[in-house]
Amino acid sequence: MDVFIQTFVAGILIGGIYAVIGIGMTLIMGVMKIINLAHGQLMMVAMYITYVLFEQFHLDPYFALLVAMPSLFVLGALLQKYLLNPLLKVDSILPENQVLMTVGIAMVLTEIIRFIFHSDYKSVRTSYSTATFYVGGISFSIALIIAFGIAVLLTVGLFFFLLKTDVGKSVRATAQNKDAALLMGINAEWITILTYGLGSALAAAAGTLLLPIYYLFPDIGGPFTLKAFVITMLGGMGSTVGAILGGIVLGVAESLGATYISMALKDAVAMVIFLLVLIFLPGGLKTLTKI
Amino acid sequence: MKRISWQTILIIALLLLFPVVIKSDYYRHIFIISLMWVVIGSAWNLLAGYTGQVSFGHAIFFGTGAYTAGLCVTKLGISAWWGMLLGGPVALLVGLIIGWICFRLRGPYFALATIAVGEIFRLVAIDWRTLTEGMEGILIIQTFRSKLPYYYLALALATACVFTIYLVLNSKWGYYFVAIREDQDVAEAIGISSFRYKSLSLMISSYFTGMAGAFYMNYMAFIDPHVVFSLHDISIMAILVAIIGGVGTLWGPAVGAFIMVWLQEIFRSAFFGLLPQWVSEAHVLVFGLLVIFVIRYMANGIVGDWSKIVGHWFKKKPLSYSSSGN
Repeated sequence: MDVFIQTFVAGILIGGIYAVIGIGMTLIMGVMKIINLAHGQLMMVAMYITYVLFEQFHLDPYFALLVAMPSLFVLGALLQKYLLNPLLKVDSILPENQVLMTVGIAMVLTEIIRFIFHSDYKSVRTSYSTATFYVGGISFSIALIIAFGIAVLLTVGLFFFLLKTDVGKSVRATAQNKDAALLMGINAEWITILTYGLGSALAAAAGTLLLPIYYLFPDIGGPFTLKAFVITMLGGMGSTVGAILGGIVLGVAESLGATYISMALKDAVAMVIFLLVLIFLPGGLKTLTKI
Repeated sequence: MKRISWQTILIIALLLLFPVVIKSDYYRHIFIISLMWVVIGSAWNLLAGYTGQVSFGHAIFFGTGAYTAGLCVTKLGISAWWGMLLGGPVALLVGLIIGWICFRLRGPYFALATIAVGEIFRLVAIDWRTLTEGMEGILIIQTFRSKLPYYYLALALATACVFTIYLVLNSKWGYYFVAIREDQDVAEAIGISSFRYKSLSLMISSYFTGMAGAFYMNYMAFIDPHVVFSLHDISIMAILVAIIGGVGTLWGPAVGAFIMVWLQEIFRSAFFGLLPQWVSEAHVLVFGLLVIFVIRYMANGIVGDWSKIVGHWFKKKPLSYSSSGN
């Protein structure tokens, strides 16, 4: 039983970080109706920024958030402004042009990073990376607890932004109906740039939070892009609450899969859940929450 | 219908003569690989470019075909050439099942589902050691030492693939496919069963991709899950081949295949050894930049936007579905 609770707790904690990745993706999907296949790669770039800050300036990864998030916000906004938005005006056969463009962006980001840092595995070892404490026989990783806490704070902040501020309301309006939003005087193009920036910044946050407990190499982006869209699908497209639930479900499922099935098939567990959701609950968990 | 233009005949004649003139195994090898990519790119193009279902999972069919051929040797103890017969049908069957699951999704969601299925296949192929030998892969012995038989086989396969797609596109099915791509709801409303025709398109597509996989097994004589089920090297490469050549054009993927394979080779060999070694690490970067450039400035690929590139004489060509694209 202890093993089960331990696995469950670890799953929920990691799920909190996954939720942040998922929220970023779901925001982008909600507003622009595209799937951002560069999401994991943006996260990877942020991880390398944090890594460099740690190696060169011995900056604690959690303070590096303050650098990584704004940098990725700017990077994301530029990508949206100069690469993704112009595609709306291009006449092409495939409506998925923007999605394919994000694939191109993902490849370029990965390769640039590989060029600079090579394919070696890197990690950031802080004093608290392996520290744990025990509550009733269940061990809690301190790094994970801090990461989970920051993830919750970020999520609450994002909800405040989306629900209470004018800009946040514009984002939600654009997501609901772009044409109507345009008629209401919302600068939809600007909102898309802001959203992509925000999504990237959230991915950056998740990457930085993961770094003390994870390892880093240029190809890490791909698996996380997959995770991000599994979360988004699980939660239901464009639903922020759904993404939180999706992240936690994925975290727990992976954790249980790794413990009870096989470590190697951990990722396959996520994919199988994903397909089951697609088949039996196409709307995602959103349809169960009514939010 | 029966306008097989002199250009087509000329291209096929040149390709037939190529290995007679060029004796170098190196160039023959590159041409064989290019022709294999013509098959995969064209197959992807039928599903995505003409039917509008963007698949990120063609490695599934390629890998299935390759493993069918490989398992013929390791499990059934027969020649891997039987795989050329079985690879296509097995891939087609897999395609049918995947279509049954994934075609309830539309547009980008379909694309995502295919990535997920592709990853499942890769992970299972790695983990199911009793069947696939896992990461050790399958090693067989090549039948021919010369590249010549492989070259003509690849050429036959590519010709058969492009010709079949040409026939399909000129039949009723082709028009149904394009109707589904343009607007699925309207297509349904005028009585086209979108599920049935999407499945048909996927079946043809997966059949040829499976054949290419079986050919790869016979030719390269070694496969492992990371090679044949690779998301980047197979699934995304198939997409690149098609979009660079021209999505929704008959010749696009063929042109794209030659461009991509050559580019890859030029960069891999660092411009045939003329440039420093680090250039060879840059080929994926160049692919990425090329994709960004092509999507941004030539949304319909080199063949699709040929008229934009060199004036308007190209419009006389048949099969200009692309010009009415949306």
